[in-house]
This record gives sequence, C-alpha cells and structure tokens, in this order.
Amino acid sequence: MAKAELLQAPSPPLDWKYAPSRESTDIVSLNERYGLFIGGAFRAPLSKKYFPTINPATEKPLAEVAEAGEKDVNRAVKAARSAYDDSWGSMPGKERAKYLFRIARMVQERSRELAVLETMDGGKPIKESRDVDLPLVAAHFFYYAGWADKLEYAFPGLDPKPLGVAGQVIPWNFPMMMLAWKVAPALATGNTVVLKPAETTPLSALTFAALAAEAGLPPGVLNVITGAGATGSSLVNHPDVDKVAFTGSTAVGKLIRNSLAGTGKKVTLELGGKAAHVIFDDAPIDQAIEGVINGIFFNQGHVCCAGSRLFVQESIHDRFVDKLKRRLSTLRVGDPLDKNTDVGAINSAEQLAKISELVEIGRAEGAEMFQPDCVLPRNGFFFRPTLFTGVSQSHRIAQEEIFGPVLSIMSFRTPEEAIEKANNTPYGLSAGVWTSKGSRILWMADRLQAGVVWANTYNKFDPASPFGGYKESGFGREGGRHGLLAYLQGIS
Amino acid sequence: MALAALARGNLPGTDNDRRVSILPGRITTPTLASFVRSVASVDEVGVTERVASLGTRSIKKDSKMDALILAVRMMDLTTLEGKDTPGKVAQMSSKAIRPDPVDSSVPSVAAVCVYPAMVPYALEAVAGSGVKVASVATYFPSGQIDTKSKVVEVSSVVTLGADEVDMVIDRGAFLAGAYFKVFDEIRQVKEACGDQAHLKVILETGELGGLDDVRRASMLAMAAGADFIKTSTGKVQPAATLPVTLVMLEAIRDFYGATGVQVGMKPAGGIRTAKDAIRYLVVLNETLGSAWMTPDWFRFGASTLLNDVLMQIRWLKTGRYQSADYFTKD
Repeated sequence: MAKAELLQAPSPPLDWKYAPSRESTDIVSLNERYGLFIGGAFRAPLSKKYFPTINPATEKPLAEVAEAGEKDVNRAVKAARSAYDDSWGSMPGKERAKYLFRIARMVQERSRELAVLETMDGGKPIKESRDVDLPLVAAHFFYYAGWADKLEYAFPGLDPKPLGVAGQVIPWNFPMMMLAWKVAPALATGNTVVLKPAETTPLSALTFAALAAEAGLPPGVLNVITGAGATGSSLVNHPDVDKVAFTGSTAVGKLIRNSLAGTGKKVTLELGGKAAHVIFDDAPIDQAIEGVINGIFFNQGHVCCAGSRLFVQESIHDRFVDKLKRRLSTLRVGDPLDKNTDVGAINSAEQLAKISELVEIGRAEGAEMFQPDCVLPRNGFFFRPTLFTGVSQSHRIAQEEIFGPVLSIMSFRTPEEAIEKANNTPYGLSAGVWTSKGSRILWMADRLQAGVVWANTYNKFDPASPFGGYKESGFGREGGRHGLLAYLQGIS
Repeated sequence: MALAALARGNLPGTDNDRRVSILPGRITTPTLASFVRSVASVDEVGVTERVASLGTRSIKKDSKMDALILAVRMMDLTTLEGKDTPGKVAQMSSKAIRPDPVDSSVPSVAAVCVYPAMVPYALEAVAGSGVKVASVATYFPSGQIDTKSKVVEVSSVVTLGADEVDMVIDRGAFLAGAYFKVFDEIRQVKEACGDQAHLKVILETGELGGLDDVRRASMLAMAAGADFIKTSTGKVQPAATLPVTLVMLEAIRDFYGATGVQVGMKPAGGIRTAKDAIRYLVVLNETLGSAWMTPDWFRFGASTLLNDVLMQIRWLKTGRYQSADYFTKD
C-alpha cells in the first residue's frame, strides 16, 4: 500500500455507549407504612388515613405515609410547644449546637443512603442528590450549628430570643435540602419545629426524623407530619404556631399571606421565579452554554431559581442557539439511579401534565420548539429537554413559571434592553449574567431586581450566602447570618 | 443534532482554502492579530467545573473494555531522551506492535514517537506492522532556532520516511504577539510535510498565558494547517491536563463548524493511568462526539500509560490484578 493511502486508511470511529451504572438501592430499607413523627416517635395518625408515595421513575409505590388531619396537626404543635417550654427554648446555645453538629455528622455518614432515597422518591439524578443535595444538607447543619452559641455576636447589642413553634412547609424539588434550610436555622436559634414535607416526597424527611431521634434530639423538638395541602393549611393556620416558613408556589404563598394577615405570626415565603439568564456577546461562550444548561436542566428544571428565560445578545444569538441545541442532544435523560444520568424523572404525573400543557401553549403561541431525539424510558414521568426560540415577552412561556426542563430564548441588543426585559416579570428570585467585562457585571447586578445574581456561573449555593426573593418571589432570606433573623425576636 | 450538520456543508476549494476561510481577508500581521483577538474567551472556573462533572461518569463493563482497547489503539508510544539508542527504540517498537505478549487480542498502538535521529531504527522495527512512526522536529522541545533550519529538519525526517511530524510552535513569538511568525512557520512546515506526513502542532500549553491563549493558539495552528493539535512536549510542567484538553477540543469543534475541516487532538505528557485515559475519552466523546473516537483523530502521547491500561484489560478479562512484574517494560 502506498504511504498516502496508508495514512488515509481510516479506522472506524467507536460509537461509545456507556454501560448502565446503576446505584444499588440495597442501602435503603423502607417500611411499608410510616406514621407521623410526633414527640420523638412515629405514631399512627388519628385521621386513620394513609396515602401512597411512588417512585416517579417507575410509577411503583415505595411506601404508605400517614395523612395528618387537624387533630394530628394539633398533637404535633402541642408536642413542639411542650418541647419548647420544657427544654429547647431555654437550653444554652452551646448545648443546642451539640445536637446540630451530631445531626450534621450523621447526615454525612449516611449520605449515600439518603441520596439514594432522595432519588427514589423524587426522581432527581443520583449524581445530583449525591454531589449537590446531600453535601449541602450537611453543610447547612454544620453552618447553623456554629451560630447556635454566637447569636449575641451575630446581632451585637441586641438580645435575640427564639420565637417559639415554627410551622414549616417545604416543596418536593429539594426535599432534604429544603428541610435543612428550614430546620437548621430554626433549631439553632432555639425554636421547635413542625415540618410538613411535600406529599410526593415525604420519605427523606421521615428518615431524617428518625436520624434526629437517634442523635438524641429531645422529643418534640422536631416533628414531621405528612399530608397534602389541607395538612399544610391546618399547620400554618394553627393558633399556637408562632412562625410560618413556606417554600413553594406563589399562588399558595399568597393564600398563606392572606390567611395570616393580622395574626401576628412571623412569616417568610420563598416562592416561584422566572429567572433571566443574560448572555453578552463577549461572554466565554462554551462555559456560558454549560451555565445555561445547568441553569435550566439541573433537577429537571424543578428549581425555583432556574434560569428559564434566556436573553442572548442578538449578535451571537444564532451561533449560541446552535451550540445550545448540540449540547442539549448530549444530555443523558433516563433512569435517575444511573450514575451517568444528567436529567432524571419529572416529580409527578401532575407536574408532567402541567409542563406538557405549557409547552403546547408555547407552540400554539408560535414559538419554535426544539427537543433532542433521545429515547425516554417507557414507564415513569419523563420529559425531553426542550427549548423555544422566537419567544416574545408576551408569550405565556416567557411569563409563567413552568418548573420543568423548558427554556425560553429571547434576544436583546443593549444592556439597557436586557435589564428592562429581565425585570419585566412579577418574579424576582434570581438572575445570571455572562460577560468578560467586570464593570458590566456590577452594572447589571445593581439593576437586576433579583435576590441572587450569579455572574459567569449559575445555581451555586452555600449555607453562608443568603437566598430569597424580590417581588412575588417572596420575602425573607434563608442562609447566612440573614437566615437567623427569620427565627428570632428582639431584633429589628 | 450531529456535529457534521453544524459544518458549513462541503465548502468548495482545497483543505487549505477552507482553513484560511476563517481568517478575515488576506493573511497579514494585522489580520492575524484581529483574528486571534476575535477568538471567544474562556472562563477557567467553568472549564474546571465541566471537566470535574465529566469526571464523575461511571464507565463500567463493556464500555470500559471498549475504552481501554481504544486507548491502546490511540497511543503514541514515546521515548524522547538524550540517552535513546537504536536498541531502546527497537524494544519499544516491538512493544508497540504487540503490547501484551500473552494476549494477542490486544491491538497494536497507533505510533511510536521518537527524535529525528531514531527515525530510521523505528521505521525498520515497525515495518509492515501498521504502526506508524512519528518524529518530533523543529528543534524540539524549545524550537529556538530560525524557521529555515526547522524546515530543513522537517524535510529530512519526511525524506527518511516518518509518517507523522510533531512540531512545536514558537511560543516566544506567540507571547510577543508575532502571530504572523507563528502562522507562517506552521505553514512552511506543513508544506515540507507535503502529502506524505501528518502534521501535529504542539502548543506547549504549559508555557502559554492561560486558557485564553490555549484557545487562541489552537485556532491559529488549525488555520495554518495543523492536522492535529497537541498540548505539550512532555518536557514542561504542567503538560496535558483535562481543562486544557477540553478547551482545545472546543476550539476544534468551532473550527470544524466554521470551515468543515476536521482536526485531530493529542494530549501528551502526564497521562499515566487507565482511569485518566478514560476521563480524556469521556471529555472527547461528549465534546466532539463519536466521529473523533478513532486513532485517526485522537492520540495519547505517553510513555508509561500503556502498562496500566494493559493491567486493567487483564483485570477485566480475568477478574484479577496482576503484579506489574507481569507486564513488560520496554
């Protein structure tokens, strides 16, 4: 063979398929049925009602959990009140800290089990629950454990005191992480807690309750009651609850605020979002692509701060969208327990229906849809990563929170226009800016009406950094020293 | 969407015409400077995060075996020392042809990579085996000599019969902003390679000023005629890293999108374990896709990596780790 031919004789490329690499579920042991965790033990509900919780990736039931009725809520609040009066409220901060440190360490020790459970009950990819959720849960407990005996230094010259009983209602997108965001600061500041996890993802909170009991947390300091909206409503409206903390939809947040008006209860709300992600033409393009992907497809887009509105400077719009489409096609959608899965299952049939409906509306409104032709599992709730181009501010997919893996792309010409469009929403939770120009980052951050502005990155969380919204995205801050404020009195 | 669909179809003209179509106008000192400055910037934090995230891919069973065999086939088995002798080169070449004497199913490596003086011995040792001979040239590793001498050296290894030439860019000129010098030298070396030898252009990223420079130098080298771009000589630390490799792969992707010309990639230096090699293949697979998953378009430059890969292959086949004593050191 001639030399030139030899050089050109091609070796066929390898079409490399990753073999399934499934995380074992043996480490998780589930009960068939869970009672309500009240006063340090699991108790059968007075309501005598139970409901199933399923694995959204298989639609198979995992366990039955109790549905707390009004009497059960009352029992839980009573338990929390007596724990507050008898021990926790007057316990020195350094003693409370010991429990929190112990809980943090136990979360770390059992993080694999908790990550697998989180993925089974909620549908998020194991690599996220393993590498993001659980490390942040432990970090949050460590962080607030550190504050417990230093409250007078956090607010010098003041005399911070706990509020009493906190009623906390959390969503299904980050079950353990939202628990940590709520429970850690509440306990560190000397409050006792009645927590209601979401009805589709109760198992990690119940497992955590057992863990806290194992850590020796006095009975009644943490109570976990399961149920749906009615249970949550009984809890926040219970007259002996001093503080309500809610993370969830703006619609429910408004209801809560209405019903609590005039009650004197302290409230913090962390609600929906429709974050603007702004890409300037001098941005590091390939890293911005990763930022946008992480911004909207992290946790299937079930993220209140998801970067769901993408604004790309018109001069690079087409090139950016081409790159984004190519990247979308490399996302691995499927079994959340597979360590190589990038996008897992939609949390519930109800949420899947809502996403599908809004996507249909987007198409009907005339936006152009792109989805990669990945193969979805036959069972379970899955949705293809989706992006829309040719979107206008007036389209519903540019206005409403979809809470799914759906990105709406618009263009802008000048920084002023980017600000005007980015702020043109009732929400204001988060925003992202990509540019190589430092001064422009500061200029944008000054003008974006959002509680968090990420620059040249997205979806970064740290327990020391406060998180919360502007406008209809809620009020109050979680995380950092600010996060203590929501659970203390004597400070204003 | 396949990457091929991103390319501007089959552009007319020669390979070279298509390459220079990415440049603004005639090739002059100012146009090259504005081209280099127009290359998209790189955010190091983002790059590091991306490779860390790809590093968590769990490659098991058949997919692991596929990767290990491919890694062997992609290897440029290298010896670049002052003490190299014909005997050393002959022994290394026989290992290149048959890496595992007790397992004939393990394929040959892609090439042996040697200094110019060793090319005749390497050619003799691999003759008829399909293993190629790559020669470093252009006064490797520093390249601190005039262009004419570099071209003479390249012509001589090509005349000797080397299949591939690994040249170094003039890093001093690049850092001084003399992009025309860098470009023109690559062009002249490419001409000296003619149709006979493939040209790999070493950027020596450890001597450049960060990832922005890596991307700029990659684009410049590709426009000038590089068949492959290569990270390092192996003589400077840091040599190949995953972040640098990702940035170069992204440059290759952009260049392919703009010109339709496919360019290969060779990380070299510091890749020592099978686990590392698999990480590189994951980054390759998820950045450029399967079209590049062949020794035609990706190489590992390494001297000690091969034995670890062989050890892993044997472990996958037998379920047992064998002592390093069971693998030949050539």
